[in-house]
Amino acid sequence: MGAAHQAYLLEARQMQALSFAVHIPLVCFGIAFPAMVLFCEWLYLRSGDELYRTLARRWTRIMAALFAVGVITGTILSFEMGLLWPNFTATFGSVFGLGFAIEGFSFFLEAIFIGIYIYGWDRLSPRAHFWSGIPIAIAGVTGSLTVISVNAWMNHPGGFRMVDGRAVDVHPLKALFANSFLWPELTHMYIAGYIVTGFLVAGAYAIGKLRGKWGRYERTALAIPLTIAALAAPVQVLVGDWAAREVAVQQPVKLAAFEGLAHTTNGASEHILGWYEDETVKYGIAIPKLLSLLAYHNPDATVQGLDTVPKDRQPPINIVRLAFQTMVGIGTLLALLGAWLLGVRIRRGRLPESPWFYRAVALAGPASLLALIAGWVTTEVGRQPWVVYHVMLTSEAVTGAGGIIVGYTALALVYLGVAAGVVWILRRLSRAPLELSA
Amino acid sequence: MHLYSVPLIFVLIGLALYAVLAGADFGAGFWQLLAGGGERGERLRDHAHNAMAPVWEANHVWLIFVLTVTWTAYPAAFGAIASTLCVPLFIAALGIIMRGAAYALRAGAEQAREQRRIDLVFAGASVLTPFALGTVIGAIASQRVPVGNAAGDLFSSWLNPTSLMIGVLAVANSAYVAAVFLAADARRMGLDAPGERELEDSLRLRALVTGLAAGAVAAAGLVVVHSDAHFLYERLLEGAALAAVIVSALAGLATLALVFARLYEIARYSAALAVAAVIAGWALAQRPVLLKGLTVQQAAAPHDTLVVVIVAVLGGALILFPSLALLFRLVLRGRLDHGGSGEPAPSVAAADSTGLARVLAASASGLLARIAGACLLTGFGLLTIAEAGWAHAIGLAALLGFICVGFVAIVPAQLAAEEPD
Repeated sequence: MGAAHQAYLLEARQMQALSFAVHIPLVCFGIAFPAMVLFCEWLYLRSGDELYRTLARRWTRIMAALFAVGVITGTILSFEMGLLWPNFTATFGSVFGLGFAIEGFSFFLEAIFIGIYIYGWDRLSPRAHFWSGIPIAIAGVTGSLTVISVNAWMNHPGGFRMVDGRAVDVHPLKALFANSFLWPELTHMYIAGYIVTGFLVAGAYAIGKLRGKWGRYERTALAIPLTIAALAAPVQVLVGDWAAREVAVQQPVKLAAFEGLAHTTNGASEHILGWYEDETVKYGIAIPKLLSLLAYHNPDATVQGLDTVPKDRQPPINIVRLAFQTMVGIGTLLALLGAWLLGVRIRRGRLPESPWFYRAVALAGPASLLALIAGWVTTEVGRQPWVVYHVMLTSEAVTGAGGIIVGYTALALVYLGVAAGVVWILRRLSRAPLELSA
Repeated sequence: MHLYSVPLIFVLIGLALYAVLAGADFGAGFWQLLAGGGERGERLRDHAHNAMAPVWEANHVWLIFVLTVTWTAYPAAFGAIASTLCVPLFIAALGIIMRGAAYALRAGAEQAREQRRIDLVFAGASVLTPFALGTVIGAIASQRVPVGNAAGDLFSSWLNPTSLMIGVLAVANSAYVAAVFLAADARRMGLDAPGERELEDSLRLRALVTGLAAGAVAAAGLVVVHSDAHFLYERLLEGAALAAVIVSALAGLATLALVFARLYEIARYSAALAVAAVIAGWALAQRPVLLKGLTVQQAAAPHDTLVVVIVAVLGGALILFPSLALLFRLVLRGRLDHGGSGEPAPSVAAADSTGLARVLAASASGLLARIAGACLLTGFGLLTIAEAGWAHAIGLAALLGFICVGFVAIVPAQLAAEEPD
């Protein structure tokens, strides 16, 4: 493989990564925000309190804007399946494609009912309007199930045999849904959706609180998403640990990259922070035997090292390791922040008062977003150089058409514009006056 | 009918629905570009936006449907098309981004100047996208996409007479269908002042002009295909394909007559038929060839995949079509209209929350908190410590239970109701 091909492959991977990093935060809002909006509307239906209705209506406008942007960024991803990786799709479309075909129907339901929900305020009866939102929340679950099933299959492929470079004996249902990798990955992402959405929405009101905006409306708008995120964050630690144990069994080289473990080791240590160089982690804090204990529940267990595969079959260690540590570090801090809220609630029966708590919540939004992206870097870059683990190299999947750099640059510029637009519209919507009596 | 061609029929149905429904949305953008200035232009732009707003996302999904079913059922063909035609597809993708972003941003526009700027981006992208997608169809129809990874020419595959003609036809058709739909909407919404039909008339005129234009492009298209892709020309004018072409021409003429007679609601359907018949004619002319040197049968995925895709699409359709019917019924009855008529919803009467209920809720909250704690411990034990698969499943359920029960126990609404000290 020539250097030119390598550079070109890197451009394709970066373009894919950019498209993905732009889309995935919007996916979080697609998963979690409808449930939060519906919860507010349900409170209104139950209590008749106009405050909840106002909150649900204002959040609906944000949901509408973010959904529209999510529609297009998601469409770009599906185009890129062919534009960047035609050989991947041409070879394995018959195996994994079903996941996206079913996802298409989830997307349909989401788009149909979000249209009804957004434009149905004031037009449908309150109860009918509430029910029109339920399919949106359900489609969020089924949509992430089917898309994650494809990613889980790429990490742990099954349901076909390779004969002369063609997939034969194909069983799509088995490939996608009878896969032990699916459940930890799906749960991890689904809960991440609630954490990211919860902290980002709560963070906006936490900033308001620090600036002195703290009426009942703002407190409600903060308490609902924050409670969800605070409960989900500790659970995510346990689910993440489960996912890591699954990686240890199915993708030992990926785990070795998470940990910077050069050689197969009995009773391997866990290194916190530090940098991988010359087959060892430098400047890290080593905790003896912890890696073996976490990965295999046995302090003396043997953990496979990177040396079990040749160098050109190893992922880029430091990127994966840094991403993994970022995700775990932020995830732990978020769980502690959640525990802070729960502790104050249990002992004092109210929200925390310390401004430091609200500063932390304001920071938790962007931090959770960073952890989300770091988590995806961990799993996607950690799978390299494979696109389908141990079956197809990413370099075999890439398009033969030239000029990726042109597309990459154009997309980056357009996405910069879109990002600026999203910031602009969110600020506009947040400034719109409250219509409490509407 | 063979199993291997069933998903292709789904794809063609999806393509026809995309061309009609999303085509009308693209056309609405086209008319925003050519709405003219002043207050009349403003009204037309607003009308085009409002008519499309509740449905464009659902209509857009037909494209995703076409893509996903194609790459599942005919993966080799999809890889060849997407790689050789990456340039027009990428242009279409950029157009889709700009359109969607402009739509999302319009909600935040406060000044007319901002709104016009956003509308301009929207309109430009609305012309670019159907044109680019039309060239893709032209490339496939004129057999310029060979099998393989970017095996065809990256430019002449879509910059050729047939592709350009179909690109222009796609834009003209979108504008035509949109003008018909918007005229129908203007009539239905009663947007014009009593005794006047200003908005309706301007759209009617647009529909008649673009209808004639689209017909002219289609007729000229036959000449183009005659010289550029003669095999296609010959196949188009024989057998079932010829019947479809004739149906399309008749439906197009009928639409013109219906629009002239101001019978817009029926014209919606005849316009849709005209578009669908063109696609059917193309498919009939081309069968059994999918790409140059690749028949539908050769391109098809293995048997099991075809079966599950067909089952999935049919099952999905059982949910999809009633949902779509609901959406369009609400739209066509004006239940989702922006402003205009329609009964405002009555507000909910406050539910009775007595003191007793509050006390019960407070004591239940303590109990729920304990249950949530128990769930968390159970989850930790079964998901983190235990090894068995069934234990993980129960542990996971317990952890999700912790989140749900914990949420109920915390009562965030009540937490927020407390006045701060």
